[in-house]
Amino acid sequence: MKTEYKIITDIIEENTRVLDVGCDDGTLIEFLKKNKNVDIRGIEISKEKVQICVAKGLTVIEGNAELDLKQFPNNSFDYVILGQTLQAFINPEIVIKELLRVGKKAIVTIPNFGHWKVRLNLLTKGTMPVTKTLPNNWYNTPNLHMCTIKDFVKFSKIIDFKIFKSLALINRNVSNINNSNLFFKNLFAELGIFLIEK
Amino acid sequence: MNIKQKIKTLVIDKPLKLDCGQTISEFPLAYETYGSLNENKDNAILVFHALTGDQFVTGLNPITNKGGWWSFAVGPNKSIDTNKYFVICANVIGGCMGSFGPNHENPETKKIYGTDFPVITINDMVNAQVNLLDHFGIKKLFSVIGGSMGGMQVLQFVSNFPNKTKTAVPIACTSNHSAQNIAFNELGRQAITADHNWMDGKYTSKNTVPDKGLAVARMAAHITYLSKKSLQEKFGRKLQERDDLKFGFDADFQIESYLRYQGSVFVDRFDANSYLYITRAMDYFDLVKQFNGNLSNAFNNTKAKFFVISFTSDWLYPTQENKDIVIALNAIGADVGFVEIESDKGHDSFLLDVPDFLKVLKNFLDQSYTE
Repeated sequence: MKTEYKIITDIIEENTRVLDVGCDDGTLIEFLKKNKNVDIRGIEISKEKVQICVAKGLTVIEGNAELDLKQFPNNSFDYVILGQTLQAFINPEIVIKELLRVGKKAIVTIPNFGHWKVRLNLLTKGTMPVTKTLPNNWYNTPNLHMCTIKDFVKFSKIIDFKIFKSLALINRNVSNINNSNLFFKNLFAELGIFLIEK
Repeated sequence: MNIKQKIKTLVIDKPLKLDCGQTISEFPLAYETYGSLNENKDNAILVFHALTGDQFVTGLNPITNKGGWWSFAVGPNKSIDTNKYFVICANVIGGCMGSFGPNHENPETKKIYGTDFPVITINDMVNAQVNLLDHFGIKKLFSVIGGSMGGMQVLQFVSNFPNKTKTAVPIACTSNHSAQNIAFNELGRQAITADHNWMDGKYTSKNTVPDKGLAVARMAAHITYLSKKSLQEKFGRKLQERDDLKFGFDADFQIESYLRYQGSVFVDRFDANSYLYITRAMDYFDLVKQFNGNLSNAFNNTKAKFFVISFTSDWLYPTQENKDIVIALNAIGADVGFVEIESDKGHDSFLLDVPDFLKVLKNFLDQSYTE
């Protein structure tokens, strides 16, 4: 998902402090470090992945975002990134609140369950959709709370956070999401990228 | 070569005020080095040893004629690569491998100190060792590294000398001893002092050794270094060179025989009074209290890059206590990485062949060195 990384990098300003939550093998951290002058670190639940990050010279702590974001003081980062993992948490509401406590801003990306292929998949096959951005079967997926771009926009009103930027990724092309095109973006975007604030 | 020739010693002239109030000066600090210091003098690593360790980190220990205590991690091309780094390790003060300790003669009384030796602390230990930097003309170390009590020294060193190291690696340690830690140490000390050969600590002048007590102390401590699982897998209920129970108190079980052996070899290389002093230093260590209940304040002034490592099966200094250090560092936005290594080998994991640990330590150091 190089395009996703590029979009995130474009959003982030120079000389800022960044935390990548669920940083996996550190690919995004590396990408950001290469392209922007930022002080960036990661938190990752998998021991194996943490060790890969250390081997790349990245600052990463092993931890669970649901439990271990607690240790960071309020506003200790300018940006907190949560890439395609919101749906995997037991309580996404608490996670979003924690992101916005720890970071002045948060960048959240979500695989869009409202994409037409997903809808068609379920409609025609009658089985849980398996797509490029959602590669797992229902029985082995880490995803607990799938949502659509529309759901996320609604969510912002329910738990009261501001969306500053919402971008849709359609076939590697980026476009803005607004109220008038929400229906279409929700149908065609594989990924939604949101810059949010308390 | 006699023992004295095999031990390198630096005599510290600068008076050192100990936490107990006494000031010591002209005291010996025994040390060893591995690898060579580069021209910029920026490749030095100060390794701190644990309770029963010494300055002989790797290769052959010339006193015991056994391998160094951290041979798995330190050496050419190893995690702490002596082809690349200049490794320094000193015997802690209070120890018994040449540094100023209770088995030294008190110049005033011309008698062995014994329990007249001042009580020393982790703080005293690192304040003594920092003199090695001046000795080698090192302004800033590349790293300070240590496991267990060595990890405590890492924390104290960075706190005392925030600008004297680029990186810091505390391994399997804690910022203060739990009641359980103190309890096990007290058990060891009681075993030593209950040995009638201990003679109020004056055993050397009476030509005797409290070896039974010291062996029991070691046996008890040794159990705390291992995990239940590793003991069970290694020994289970296997019998020692016999087909059946003997209905007596000999070592019927292999685990009994193993512990007795561990105790017996330990007394040959360690001083009972040193054991009392060093365990006391560990019990007294409390970096949280030292900074009025806020561990973060211990690290406020440092830019050092930390890497904290713990082990899943370590119940002596469990992951949570290591994580508390990470939390304190994150609270002040310090540069800290952390990983818990999967291992069945208990607290001793850091000393053993645990590939994930050895690899991650090497990667952290080599990556940080090129930064």
